[in-house]
Amino acid sequence: MDNNILVKLNNAGFRQNGKMLVEGVSLQVEKGKIVTLIGPNGSGKSTTAKIALGIYKNIEGSVEKYTNNIGYVPQKISIDWTLPIRVNDFMLLTDKIKDDQVNEALSLTGVIHLKDKSLGNLSGGEFQRVLLARAISKKPELLVLDEPVQGVDYTGEIALYELIKKISDTLNCGILLISHDLHTVMTATDHVVCLNGHVCCSGSPIDVARNNEYKTLFGDQASQILSVYEHNHDHVHSDEGDIKKN
Amino acid sequence: MFDDFFIRALLAGIGVAFVTGPLGCFVVWRRLSYFGDTLAHSALLGVTLAYSFELNIALSVFLISSLIAVILIQLQKKTNLPGDALLGLLAHSSLAVGLVVIGFLTFIRFDIMGLLFGDILAVNTNDLLIIWVGGPIILITLKLIWKSLFASTVNYELAEAEGLNPDRAKAVFTILMAAIIAISIKMVGLLLITGMLIIPAAMARNISDSPQKMVFYSIIGGLLSVVLGLFSSLEFNTPSGPSIIAAALVLFILSLLNIKQSIKLKN
Repeated sequence: MDNNILVKLNNAGFRQNGKMLVEGVSLQVEKGKIVTLIGPNGSGKSTTAKIALGIYKNIEGSVEKYTNNIGYVPQKISIDWTLPIRVNDFMLLTDKIKDDQVNEALSLTGVIHLKDKSLGNLSGGEFQRVLLARAISKKPELLVLDEPVQGVDYTGEIALYELIKKISDTLNCGILLISHDLHTVMTATDHVVCLNGHVCCSGSPIDVARNNEYKTLFGDQASQILSVYEHNHDHVHSDEGDIKKN
Repeated sequence: MFDDFFIRALLAGIGVAFVTGPLGCFVVWRRLSYFGDTLAHSALLGVTLAYSFELNIALSVFLISSLIAVILIQLQKKTNLPGDALLGLLAHSSLAVGLVVIGFLTFIRFDIMGLLFGDILAVNTNDLLIIWVGGPIILITLKLIWKSLFASTVNYELAEAEGLNPDRAKAVFTILMAAIIAISIKMVGLLLITGMLIIPAAMARNISDSPQKMVFYSIIGGLLSVVLGLFSSLEFNTPSGPSIIAAALVLFILSLLNIKQSIKLKN
């Protein structure tokens, strides 16, 4: 077995109340790699992430998990007012983490000033930054990020995606990312899986962008992204490995 | 200075308050007050069975309450009825069955008032032993499942994804609920046990900004309620359970004043 693999899905699927949410998904996340799931609403992106995390018990196919050191940013989370819980308490929710690690993670996502604030009083974007800080603070081997920057302002969004990329490099952790932002996906990802109830295509970002099924799913936006992607390149790699300017 | 029975009641109440404090916080956080009521109502059946078969009351109550919890989980799986309807069904039917069984047990004289509302005269050294051995066991167990239980109270999927075991924590917590009801029934009475769990925790919620503080104040609130309640019970010859709960209510009202003040300060 390749010991760089952190989690592997083999033909996995999940059925809830008789409805197939997603089926036939095979993918693997390796150390230091970012795998991104894209697809329209209801295409099974979050479900696939939850299968990978082992949240669903009665799945079809199989999932092999080779780490338990996991940081997870769920798509939806609501904190109840009945819980008196501050950002700092939330940071320590699933693991004992040293105070300077907590501070470092909160600083990286730009919310260190909120450390003693009550979780219920945060704005959507602030809370999203705290969620991300919590997930990275434990220095996980595997990060599962389900729409990690939803509700974050535009400049923050770019900075957080850069942070995610940096984390994958510095911690050498594998990342399973779900994102609606095709532009980010196409530039920061190693491997893209395009879902629509099943895997409709997968591969490197450029392969997926050229795929016809992908184009039908995402329409105009997709081809636009492809042009952005291709225009980003001002050089070509020759077969001998030289770089030639266009 | 005080009679033995009063010292016993005081010690029993203090022991119970240490356990109801933290458990009560989870009852409030996880919205389990009606679930607690259901287990408590079923305790009457447990008491009658204890008398019928000459079992230890605490043990019998614990077993029946656990059984009711299992039945609830099965009913939840097998029917489409909403949770509160199932809880109501179990609470009232187990109370009713308990009362019917008492009707048959004509050869035993039951102190129904004592069962429903608590009776400090009834606390004997055996009960004290159960409280001061059972109580720490409940607290240690709670401490062991704390992380999983609390994390899953905040978010189930987060806890499950990051390697904790929320399902086991929930099952263990249910057993702890049955256990606390079993050891506190003589003190507070089965109609008011949930009050002992909820009111100090609710009071603590009003004055806390972190989970640890809420647990701490909840224990303090419970202890104060027991001491104040038992002294007034002795003084005014009122049943112990209602006196303790009334004292807890007074503390809760005082904590509301604290909220008002902090809101004023903010504006």
